[in-house]
Amino acid sequence: MHYKVHVRIVPRAGLLDPQGQAVEHALTALGFREAGDVRVGKAIELSIDAKSAEDARGRARAMCDKLLANPVTEDYLVEVEG
Amino acid sequence: MRKVAVIRFPGSNCDFDTLSSARRVGTNAYFVWHRDTDLQGADAVLLPGGFSYGDYLRSGAIARFSPIMPAVQRFAQEGGPVLGICNGFQILCEAGMLPGALMRNAQLTFVARPVALRVEQTDTAFTNRYTQGELLRMPVAHGEGRFAADQATLRRLEAEGRVVVRYVELDGSPLKDGAINGSLNDIAGIANPEGNVVGLMPHPDRAADPALGNTDGLGFFSSMLSWAPLKGATR
Repeated sequence: MHYKVHVRIVPRAGLLDPQGQAVEHALTALGFREAGDVRVGKAIELSIDAKSAEDARGRARAMCDKLLANPVTEDYLVEVEG
Repeated sequence: MRKVAVIRFPGSNCDFDTLSSARRVGTNAYFVWHRDTDLQGADAVLLPGGFSYGDYLRSGAIARFSPIMPAVQRFAQEGGPVLGICNGFQILCEAGMLPGALMRNAQLTFVARPVALRVEQTDTAFTNRYTQGELLRMPVAHGEGRFAADQATLRRLEAEGRVVVRYVELDGSPLKDGAINGSLNDIAGIANPEGNVVGLMPHPDRAADPALGNTDGLGFFSSMLSWAPLKGATR
């Protein structure tokens, strides 16, 4: 069974995120003064051939630990569709 | 110490500068392709700068899984000297051979200009020809050179004298406001505990040819020659 998987990778809280800061400044300049705590990360979509959604999630987490996220600087979230 | 392997990844672009610098100090330096698995009896290994795999995902994140990297890791574990310059430093961090990570420059711009460095540690395979506190000038050229690590790692690096070179102002005074890239503690380069693995963002390979008017970087290459193999245990 193929599962559609969404991986979100964000800079770890507490680490300087200059991209997030720049975007936040731009939003403020555009009048979106309600915006705050902007962090810019990455979204990765993939399909995983697995026996169950739980298996797919486990494999996706292994991929994050090994390659997709940097354990020093990034956190990740895995969502499996269906 | 005569054989020096310069590893080429797809996207390396300082490979010839690095090869030429290593040959200038009298070594028989040669290229090793990232798909090879054998260092061909190297006495030292250099990972040059560039943009391996287009910096896709993160700088160095894909190159670290190249077929040659297990041999590089074994070589380093046995005490062999390994130097990562710029992208090579990023690869060493991604591979876990050096702690921390190199993140997007704090000012978000690519920085390409000469900078001043202070030599903080001379007991390494690549800085033993310098003197403690010596000021060097050499170029940086990177978009992701902001050294980051958790507080415990940072404290350990400083306490163990593993910060090898630090960014300073031209007169040697502390850098104002992290002006190069926002690196923690103005760190430009670090070493592993044994001193045989060193990584730095600045380019000694671009400051090693008298024709370019600056040979401040040459010491990184000549230092390899005086580093006793398997010195780790005595440090």
